[in-house]
Amino acid sequence: MGESEMTDSTSNSPAADARRRRQARPVTRQWRKRALMATYIVFVLLPVYWLLNMSFQSNTEILGGLTLWPEDFTLEHYAKIFTDANWYMGYVNSITYVAMNMAISIVVALPAAYAFSRYQFIGDKHLFFWLLTNLMAPPAVFLLPYFQLYYTVGLFDTHVAVALAHCLFNIPLAVWILEGFMSGVPKEIDETAFIDGYSFPRFFVRIFVPMISSGIGVTLFFLFMFSWVELLLASTLTATNAQPIASVMTQTKGASGIDWGTLAAAGALTILPGIVVVYFVRNHIAKGFALGRT
Amino acid sequence: MTKVRNNHAWWLILPMLLLVAFSAIIPLMTVVNYSVQDVFDANTRFFTGTEWFREMLNDPALQAAVLRQFAFSLTVLAIEVPLGIGIALLMPKKGWQASAVLILVTMPLLIPWNVVGSIWQIFTRGDIGLMGWSLRELGYGYNITASPVDAWATIILMDVWHWTPLIALLCYSGLRSIPDAYYQAARIDRASQWSVFRYIQLPKLTNVLVIGVLLRFMHSFMIYAEPFVLTGGGPGSSTTFLSQSLTTMAIGQQDLGPSAAFSLIYFLIILLVSWVFYTAIMNMQKDKPDGGV
Repeated sequence: MGESEMTDSTSNSPAADARRRRQARPVTRQWRKRALMATYIVFVLLPVYWLLNMSFQSNTEILGGLTLWPEDFTLEHYAKIFTDANWYMGYVNSITYVAMNMAISIVVALPAAYAFSRYQFIGDKHLFFWLLTNLMAPPAVFLLPYFQLYYTVGLFDTHVAVALAHCLFNIPLAVWILEGFMSGVPKEIDETAFIDGYSFPRFFVRIFVPMISSGIGVTLFFLFMFSWVELLLASTLTATNAQPIASVMTQTKGASGIDWGTLAAAGALTILPGIVVVYFVRNHIAKGFALGRT
Repeated sequence: MTKVRNNHAWWLILPMLLLVAFSAIIPLMTVVNYSVQDVFDANTRFFTGTEWFREMLNDPALQAAVLRQFAFSLTVLAIEVPLGIGIALLMPKKGWQASAVLILVTMPLLIPWNVVGSIWQIFTRGDIGLMGWSLRELGYGYNITASPVDAWATIILMDVWHWTPLIALLCYSGLRSIPDAYYQAARIDRASQWSVFRYIQLPKLTNVLVIGVLLRFMHSFMIYAEPFVLTGGGPGSSTTFLSQSLTTMAIGQQDLGPSAAFSLIYFLIILLVSWVFYTAIMNMQKDKPDGGV
């Protein structure tokens, strides 16, 4: 590649011109890159800005006409959310089932991923493919059976019900990501530890888990993400006690139309946990998205 | 890595298997059960065999929903994959800018799906939304509740906003795994920007793109909350995708048999397309020895 350009190395003036142009180009290219990136960032931020803008406006200002920034700055919508138990319990419920789901998923996925990455056993390939098919299952398909199943076993409207339901796609995902990270750890480490007299559980907890801690961090991030954003199952499996914030948000549709300000404030607050979590894993996140295998 | 043959590994799998089976197999069996029966109440039911399946496959409304779904999934893939690769190439690689851009780009992925719908609803409304209002001021009669074209364009724009980051992050991680030596060699060869992309970067991206396209296909095929909040499936049924047709049938109309049969057909379509796609790409990679990895 590029061999034709190699031939023009004599220093007559057209070639020198070309070289000068080539030297100038990277700077221009750098700026063009930055401009394009900035355009995309603006595209990402604009709808979010609009949401924030609206959350700080009073409803009369929102409906009174379009203003590009809150002229009548108010925190009344946020105050309403933080003082009304109905509202803030929505967040507490969502975070509760997300945390439960993360704990359950990681605890059962760790040994399973280890087995997939280290051993061959009867049906391993089929089992792995079956796990992945659960990632592909549309939640809508399981809506009615889940409702009936959790109703029958008496878990309807509890945090555990949602946490277990989200295991459907979160456990396979966790196994998939962790398996990628574990396969990157040389097997000699396991063998040396066993020769040194470590029992399997002790080796696993003391040596292996710390070695893939960044992988676990990334996995937890993904578990958080998919449990936090999923709402179809979460709102179907709950009524009042474990109602997620998404269902609470539908209450903004009142008799007098939609309460836009509160809806915007509630929406803005759902973005925050994600940003906090992504901040902690920002250095590992890229590898995690590739499921540990680039 | 060579793996040891050891069937005791099943013990490590078992807890996971029990949990997933509880969440997957029991409900799936319930669906299968319903799909071959006509249920009147808890005690009266008739075996119907394949009747529901035939009825569903011949239902014009559902056929339309399937076509709509494919059109939607293919459109968003066609936009998001090239755009995602482009953004990954633009993302800064080090310094505080890299972290800042990474967090901003990831943000849409972490917003609950119905909130994504709400954000775009607020953003695109003609009276209070920046985009809807601007388009109207510019003289375009933008209206997502009346014009199917506007509704479609808005949903696709929303999906691009929401999910392009996934492809971008996958590609970004693929690009970061390329050793600097490759780029140095290319510089010595005076390779053009395009050949660097075509012969160094793109082959490295194959692996992550397989994952990305598969995930995007699966998720776009299950899309529910965003269009439901934004357009409610309208105008008419122009943006009613498969998940919404199914929930309306199962929860709204309580047609257990037909909706169960529909569920299974739906699931099988996803499985089939994903499998065909996955095998095709894996074979493609096997053909050229230097591709992937």
